[in-house]
Amino acid sequence: MKNIDLKNLTVKKAHDAMIKGEFSASDLAEAYLEQIKKVDPEIHAYLEVYGDVKEQAKKADEKIKAGKATLLTGIPIAVKDNILIKGRIASSASKILEGYKATYDATAISKLKEEGVVFLGRVNMDEFAMGGSTENSAYGVTKNPHDTLRVSGGSSGGSAAAVAMNGALVSLGSDTGGSVRQPASLCGIVGLKPTYGSISRHGLMAMGSSLDQIGPLGKTVTDVEILFNAIKGKDSKDSTSISDKTYLPKKISGKPVIGVPREFLKGPGINPEVLKNFNEALEKFEKLGFKVVDVKLPNISYSLPVYYIVMPAEVSSNMSRFDGVKYGLLKEGKDLMGDYLKSRAEGFGSEVRRRIILGTYVLSAGYYDAYYNRAIALRRLITEDFIKAFNDVDVILTPTAPSPAFKIGEKITDPLQLYLEDIFTVTANLTGMPAISLPSGFTSDSPALPLGIQMTARHGEEELLFNIGKTFLNEL
Amino acid sequence: MITDKDINKLADLARLGLSDVEKQKLQKDVGSILAYVDQIKSAPVEIDTKGRVGSVKNVMREDEVLNETGSNTEALLSEAPKREGQYLKVKKILGSSDSFEI
Repeated sequence: MKNIDLKNLTVKKAHDAMIKGEFSASDLAEAYLEQIKKVDPEIHAYLEVYGDVKEQAKKADEKIKAGKATLLTGIPIAVKDNILIKGRIASSASKILEGYKATYDATAISKLKEEGVVFLGRVNMDEFAMGGSTENSAYGVTKNPHDTLRVSGGSSGGSAAAVAMNGALVSLGSDTGGSVRQPASLCGIVGLKPTYGSISRHGLMAMGSSLDQIGPLGKTVTDVEILFNAIKGKDSKDSTSISDKTYLPKKISGKPVIGVPREFLKGPGINPEVLKNFNEALEKFEKLGFKVVDVKLPNISYSLPVYYIVMPAEVSSNMSRFDGVKYGLLKEGKDLMGDYLKSRAEGFGSEVRRRIILGTYVLSAGYYDAYYNRAIALRRLITEDFIKAFNDVDVILTPTAPSPAFKIGEKITDPLQLYLEDIFTVTANLTGMPAISLPSGFTSDSPALPLGIQMTARHGEEELLFNIGKTFLNEL
Repeated sequence: MITDKDINKLADLARLGLSDVEKQKLQKDVGSILAYVDQIKSAPVEIDTKGRVGSVKNVMREDEVLNETGSNTEALLSEAPKREGQYLKVKKILGSSDSFEI
């Protein structure tokens, strides 16, 4: 077996090495399978490692030999368990879909198949992407590769841990309120929540349809950019998908201006080390020649409560498709109603049930105006605040998460405590704007825990996020 | 505050057959989450029910079948917990009771 330095490997390095014949896609796949075998029994990022990885790699090698390789040909990738790959199991880490085999490819997956990537396996998540720690997975928690007593974050915890433990070069996650960015931050890697609509949601299991986006994760901004560019684009199968022409990027003269909502960072519950690291990041940006200014977002403090009304409302609607009739688990009652009640009660975990009940409540007659309609109006107001703020600045910077990776079991008993994890990330889902989490250093704990910063830009301005991100992480 | 009656009604609407212990826990959890999200009630915003949400607009396409007829039938039906030939099988609906009990 070839000795490949997986820790320092990037998509471009792997591509160049495969083109030059330094190692083959088969060698690379084998190296990742070995690493998974070595570290995953402890981390538990993977729910399944596919049995045909070597065959996939062989096909990639043929493509490379034929001179038809693209940047992603032969690149080993992990896929979140809620993204469909035809003929393979996709369970959303839920008992209700245990053993469910996808009947079609998600659009993002068909695009990756055209590139000739190697799918290593499906990775763990909170059930139906509801949670921030993978503790809501029906198949056990994914541990943080930096400290196995702690969570990997969530809901795309498996996607982040797989990359951080060098068990995949890049991965796909999904982000409804921070589910790509927060685990990326907690695991010390890069994660992108793209502009709403930029990656087709066709074949991504729906949680909150007006908030959900597939997002790429990787060790470098460049890797995330390559993956994003390969899977984005208008899709006739997702009417909310957008093209490159939907939003026209603003011409920026000189260095981009960074805005910081300082008022918002004064709230309680933000870990002092997170704040210290954030201020150090600001200093670094200033040293790199960026102008850093204060920015006012008058209604941003309503983001989290608005999110926890809109999201469960959409969850309660989307989860109604699981009825024990069309697919998934059936637990029989005495009549059809009994089948529904039993299948759904036994198939869904407690967090999913909680959000369904909450969503049903905020949508029910008598409460609809006070909760849902009011939240929708506020969502629009918050979006307008951001659009206004972007008249004066080009990106807005906050920490990604209010704390570093927490201990397994520490927050799971109090749902509200766990919801507060999303305080900085939900805004990008409410506004539909792109946001990226960048690794920004470590805590003074032993073992040291990764920290991350989050940068948000105008709709359609992923390229700006990539450029500033590469400058920050010395990738240029 | 959420009452026992509310939780029973919501569980019925959401088709979740919950035990009493689970209902009690949900009552407490949902109550504390609602107490938190209640802060939007003091937000300075007008509810405009006639207004549209964001930039949502209708996206139309021709009403036409894009797949070859029957090309996915077997794959889809084979995921059903119960089937009879080309049909999904469910329990009798007409004449069954309206009760929500399991």
